[in-house]
Amino acid sequence: MNNVLNIIKDFTQTYHQKIISLARAAENSLNVLNISNDAKKLKEEGIICDLNEGNAPYRPRYIVVDFEKFFKNGSAFLRLNPPKDIWEATNNLLILYKHIPSITTFPVYIGNIDYLLEPFIEDEREAYKAIKLFLEHIDRTITDSFCNANIGPKRTKAGEIILKITRELQNSVPNITLKYNKETDDDFAIEAILTSLDTAKPSFANHEMFVKDLGENYAIASCYNGLPIGGGSYTLVRLNLAYLAKKAKDEGDFLDNILPYAVDVMANYMDERIRFLVEESNFFQSSFLVKEGLIDSDRFTAMFGVFGLAECVNHFINSDNVFERFGHGEYANRLGIKIIEKLSEEVKKHKNDYCKFSNGSFLLHAQVGIDTDKGISPGCRIPIGEEPELPQHLLQSAPFHKYFPSGIGDVFSFDATAKNNPEFILDIIKGSFNSGLRYISFYGNDSDVIRITGYLVKKSDIEKLERGEQVYNDAVILGLGSVKNQRILERKVRKI
Amino acid sequence: MRAPVNKLIPFSSVDGPGNRFSIFFQGCNFNCLYCHNPETINLCSSCGACVDVCPNNALDVIDGKVVWKEAFCLKCDLCINECSNLSSPKVKYMSVEEILKEIIKYKTFLSGVTVSGGECMLYAEFLKELFKEIKNLNLTCFIDSNGLILFEGFNDLLNLTDAVMLDVKSFDEREHIMLTGKSNKNVLKNLVYLGSKGKLYEARTVVVPDVLDNVSNVDNVSRMIAKIDDKIRYKLIKFRPLGVRKEFSKIKIPSDDLMAKLKDIALKNGCKNVIIT
Repeated sequence: MNNVLNIIKDFTQTYHQKIISLARAAENSLNVLNISNDAKKLKEEGIICDLNEGNAPYRPRYIVVDFEKFFKNGSAFLRLNPPKDIWEATNNLLILYKHIPSITTFPVYIGNIDYLLEPFIEDEREAYKAIKLFLEHIDRTITDSFCNANIGPKRTKAGEIILKITRELQNSVPNITLKYNKETDDDFAIEAILTSLDTAKPSFANHEMFVKDLGENYAIASCYNGLPIGGGSYTLVRLNLAYLAKKAKDEGDFLDNILPYAVDVMANYMDERIRFLVEESNFFQSSFLVKEGLIDSDRFTAMFGVFGLAECVNHFINSDNVFERFGHGEYANRLGIKIIEKLSEEVKKHKNDYCKFSNGSFLLHAQVGIDTDKGISPGCRIPIGEEPELPQHLLQSAPFHKYFPSGIGDVFSFDATAKNNPEFILDIIKGSFNSGLRYISFYGNDSDVIRITGYLVKKSDIEKLERGEQVYNDAVILGLGSVKNQRILERKVRKI
Repeated sequence: MRAPVNKLIPFSSVDGPGNRFSIFFQGCNFNCLYCHNPETINLCSSCGACVDVCPNNALDVIDGKVVWKEAFCLKCDLCINECSNLSSPKVKYMSVEEILKEIIKYKTFLSGVTVSGGECMLYAEFLKELFKEIKNLNLTCFIDSNGLILFEGFNDLLNLTDAVMLDVKSFDEREHIMLTGKSNKNVLKNLVYLGSKGKLYEARTVVVPDVLDNVSNVDNVSRMIAKIDDKIRYKLIKFRPLGVRKEFSKIKIPSDDLMAKLKDIALKNGCKNVIIT
């Protein structure tokens, strides 16, 4: 119980952060999952990691509520009628947000908020005030950065107001994604780019690509996770390719034996987590979200995460010459693709009947890393400090994106002068999406709000926390860890 | 047909609208005191002085000519620092097809192509052939020029060109000769000619404290622009000592106050689109 007392006495955690930590400690005092010895061993070795999901899954990791349905029907459980004006609309949403479970206890997806609010905009000044209060409320009460609002693809009045307020507020929550396609007009995209250079959001999602993989009814949740609306993901477990590589005699052994073995062990571990959640936790029998049809188990899947591809490849390349390493060398990049292709094949072999949305398969996810990862790069990213020039970087990265329907993305820091020519960045986005990139984020190097790996944190909050002061957003702790362990602030600044 | 190319930059945010593939040709008909890439001014004389300083044997003399072996180059630029001829041994004589091959690699990311230098108008015939091909790729063609060569002699090229970005370094002829070695008569003629044909995207003036009469330059040039077409962008560029020759490296950077004052003058004279960089 030492851990519990430590949480209670922790000076830097706020009251609410302590409650979450205490709940986690309680859950982790249980031992109810039937975990194979192989999985236990790989977990201990840091090769399989369930990202602190807890020992007794009692809610899906990512819940993607059908907010359109909620607006249409209201909620009997919450005694809410369908909204009739902008105040009722924003108020209803804020109420529902507080009843959406997740691993963080906060909703990871809060709706395509521009489309949701657009029908209620009558008086623009009133809408501006309502939306400003709405976004302010979200930042101060959903005190966790793994919360994504979607906008687009088409320009709306609400979308324009949201971007304007986002620039004014300089908040880290919510994360915002613009679903971008040919229907997104250039002026709206330019507004989004200028907002992003100012405050690190929105990111741009390749709408066409996501629709092809997940259908029209998809959302971007948490960092950049593509998931079905009205469903979500039971779990996300990740495979550390960097450590796994060390178990192999050579590339061949890795591809033929080690990787298939690890995929099998991890998939079985995921099965067990899903089994407990679906069969024993009662979540899908008891939650009002299910009863009212705001989510449906048929629309759920599970995410098979990987990270550390760069270090895995570099282990086999074994060269200090940067021109031969992952991100630069032709052989290294080809080996990277070979590994991901094999991974994709192996993951597809495994079936789980509860993952109905994805026909029994797990969806691949390029995991963005956690604060304690030291010297291991997110997903398939090129290590910070070894980034090639932007054109080569984009062309290197794009071929990996098609394998990861449930999320992969690249993040770029631009010199503030890019604000003089936002069309330059729009060209890059268009070209990237034409080249097969799924998701792209960027920020100006002079912003206070910055993207750590997939989530946003204020640099000024990191400084506060480092001084031992409390901050209301719990992701700042993760941000501080990543700044120290993953050199986030040393990301190459693109001055072009 | 081949032309000497100093550098290709696949992504540029500062050479016209959107993301542009920039081609820097070697050789210039000006010799500006403040040139920030003086190694682009002359063609290599093959004196061989650079060969000995190369730390990785990337330079050689073959048949009396300096040859650059790109694969060995560490990009340390010691060769350029050694050159007393304001040149570079790393210049490639490229054909239209070779340049095009590079552009096509990045085409999907681009709004267009900008040719610059040195002074790219020295190779106007080559540019014509290049632009014909680029137009087939649905990309825009921009020219960045110092304005010494008269565009009215190259209407074929101009018809293929979307727009020109023109340096107007000084309004006063004597000052212009002091700075560049050449008169500004053609530059001003080009300003009027390109502007009246709707082919001028931007005029630029570099502001250098103590060396140039900046107020008079901006005042007079902005009056001219406003008279031709007040929507033409007028870009006021802060002098920065980056890359300049030693003699010019001690000149100070203009203050923000001075830049703001000059912008104000241009706006008052009727220019609608004035930017400072």
